[in-house]
Amino acid sequence: MSVSKQELDEFRQEASAWLEDNNPGNPGFLLPESFMEVGTDQQFEYLRDWQQKVYEAGYLGMAWPEAYGGGGKAQVFQDIVTQEMARQRVPFMTNTIGLNWAGPLILQRGSEAEKQKYIKGILSAEDIWAQGFSEPDHGSDLGSAQVRATRDGDDYVINGSKIWTSLGTYAKYMILLARTSSDGPNKYAGLSFFLAPMKIEGVTPQPIRKLTSEFGFCQTYFDNARIPADCLMGAEGEGWPVAMETLMFERGNVGGQAGGIAMMDVNVNDVLELARRSTRNGKPALDDPLIQDEMVQLLIEAKSNQLMVLRSKIPALAPDYQGAVAMSGKLRGTELKRRFCQFAIKLQGADGARFVSKEAIDGGKWQRLYFNSFSATIGGGTSQIQANIIGERVLGLPKS
Amino acid sequence: MSTIEFSEEQAMLLDSAREFAKNESSIDLVRARLDDDRAIPASLWRSIAELGWTGIAIPEAHGGLGLGFSHLVPIVESLGRQLMASPLIWSSIAAHAITLSNNEVLQTQWLPPLANGAIGAVALMEHGGNWNLSAPACTATHDGNNLKLSGTKVFVEDASIADFLLVSVMLDGKPRLILVEASQIDPSQIKREVVIDETRRSFRVEIDGIQIPITNLLGEVDFEEIELAAMLLLSAEMAGGHASTLELVVEYLKTRKQFDKHIGSYQALKHPTVDILIGLEASRSHVYHAATSFDKDQGDSRRLAVRMAKAVSSEGMAFAGDRAIQFHGGFGFTYECDAQLYLRRALWSQQQFGDEVHQRTLLAPLILSKAS
Repeated sequence: MSVSKQELDEFRQEASAWLEDNNPGNPGFLLPESFMEVGTDQQFEYLRDWQQKVYEAGYLGMAWPEAYGGGGKAQVFQDIVTQEMARQRVPFMTNTIGLNWAGPLILQRGSEAEKQKYIKGILSAEDIWAQGFSEPDHGSDLGSAQVRATRDGDDYVINGSKIWTSLGTYAKYMILLARTSSDGPNKYAGLSFFLAPMKIEGVTPQPIRKLTSEFGFCQTYFDNARIPADCLMGAEGEGWPVAMETLMFERGNVGGQAGGIAMMDVNVNDVLELARRSTRNGKPALDDPLIQDEMVQLLIEAKSNQLMVLRSKIPALAPDYQGAVAMSGKLRGTELKRRFCQFAIKLQGADGARFVSKEAIDGGKWQRLYFNSFSATIGGGTSQIQANIIGERVLGLPKS
Repeated sequence: MSTIEFSEEQAMLLDSAREFAKNESSIDLVRARLDDDRAIPASLWRSIAELGWTGIAIPEAHGGLGLGFSHLVPIVESLGRQLMASPLIWSSIAAHAITLSNNEVLQTQWLPPLANGAIGAVALMEHGGNWNLSAPACTATHDGNNLKLSGTKVFVEDASIADFLLVSVMLDGKPRLILVEASQIDPSQIKREVVIDETRRSFRVEIDGIQIPITNLLGEVDFEEIELAAMLLLSAEMAGGHASTLELVVEYLKTRKQFDKHIGSYQALKHPTVDILIGLEASRSHVYHAATSFDKDQGDSRRLAVRMAKAVSSEGMAFAGDRAIQFHGGFGFTYECDAQLYLRRALWSQQQFGDEVHQRTLLAPLILSKAS
């Protein structure tokens, strides 16, 4: 499908104008920065309505097949919309797990019936999706998951609990990794993958209060919850590769996502902008040479991350140690974000001690961002686990 | 928008320079050369010239290849990997200064020989360790058609074997560069200095009483330009040295055992080693970005690119060298352990033209005043 540059330019203008006209704007309360931070019904409804509006205007799932509710257009159209969303900083698409990992997974390996059943609801935000991978005792070590799924007639009976279930109280479905056997040759062999209903007896999402004092995710308890056997995706005992495939979508290693921004982009230039308007101890913060130096260090590091990506694309300048840049991306990116949020608080002088409230600088956004930034340095494998992985797989150091 | 460009030609230079440096500058050879008068044998320098590397950045009109500093960078990085200390960096800086000097006589006289391997030294630093190059205490005064020099220069690399020195002095209230031929200096005015990087040959040069014809005065030169060119090459050399330091550490962590375990399995060593790796990736990325920017851009974006590269490579290699000593344990404390060679190299280069703190101080007004 070839599209002329003129057509794309016109489309960009049209999409940009639509976003400008329809941006829901400031709701009068502090919005979450990502789907992991949705804590109140008010926030959720605002974001769900926004996603629905975007979808109905034809700006979401543009490259997904028309037969299931997508737009059936070339990917490039969706990419343009996503870029414009980021540029205009409109709110993110809240059904993130559905749009970015469950959806593409179902499109790739689901049955016709599954595609008919699930895809449209993902796009319209009518059916919210959650993820059931991590468990209280198995965070970074996902392969050891212990939630049991026991076959009983036409059902599987689920017992145990999953944690960090974002949108848990709103979700209709969950991608669930559960253990159907403990007798396999290794821990991965007994795992199975389900597209599980959440609104059934025996499933209790219990909201957890985060360090920000907000609610944003749940611990989900399964107490003899019966789900139909046809919820199984892939064969019984072969859930691990499906989970890995899901992670490929989650990490953006492969395409196929519905598009739209998944979180509000906050970067080091926003901190620089804050620094320019901040006062510390009665003087412009940037007049302090120590603050200046710290700001410059953060900007250099952000630049390093940007340049590493550029260089690793040049084969002759590829790293001595293969995978060094790609595999350290999460570690570098999330740690840098944590540190610049920390620095943003430091810029505020005594006001740094405020929290989400009218009196706080930017409504307390930076304090909340800093606390929430730990979700990325901890989730998806802690920074310490990342360092182990890089040391072992990239440098070839012996296992810890 | 930042870019990194790297041509096939640069890739070929990178390959051949790596191969060459591996053969000609093994760690045993590096150690064997530490006590020589010259950093590398004259024959090896001749080989470098024959490969054409001495003329890479010299304009074609003056007998060079006119490929720019961006093509010198992969060579210097490769020599740095093997801790080779050749006159290539400073001869290239000397050629760059003469090229920009607006003195056609000197260009015609010196650029073709430099392209063929003549050695130029550059005398910028003075006692007191000041990194500001544009206010030298050394002076030149008019004496008929001659200039009479006075003062002392320090940290002049390869001064004893150079065919000429470019010396910075104040003349009529302005900083200027003057070309002093080897024959115009008495050998007794050149004294070897004890410096931290033993692969280098650094000298103090007394210029008192030297008389030079005024025709040896270079046209007005922007000293920051000289500084940027030198920092680009030093950063490239450090990125190379950083890579070998990491290799040394990883090798030891994979082979040395304590408490029946390879020490690389301990996270207290593993995690900082990953930091060294990430530092290396950052350093090389900045260096090749700065190389691209140096030949393509002008003004602040070029300044930013090179100063960032110097800051990142200095901090990175100094950290790598420091940890390399520590992670070798008792052996790291000995002269015999190669870790000290890398740490010494790192500290020398870190201090040349300003360490990372100095660079960041200069970067602050450039970065903080406008959106980056």
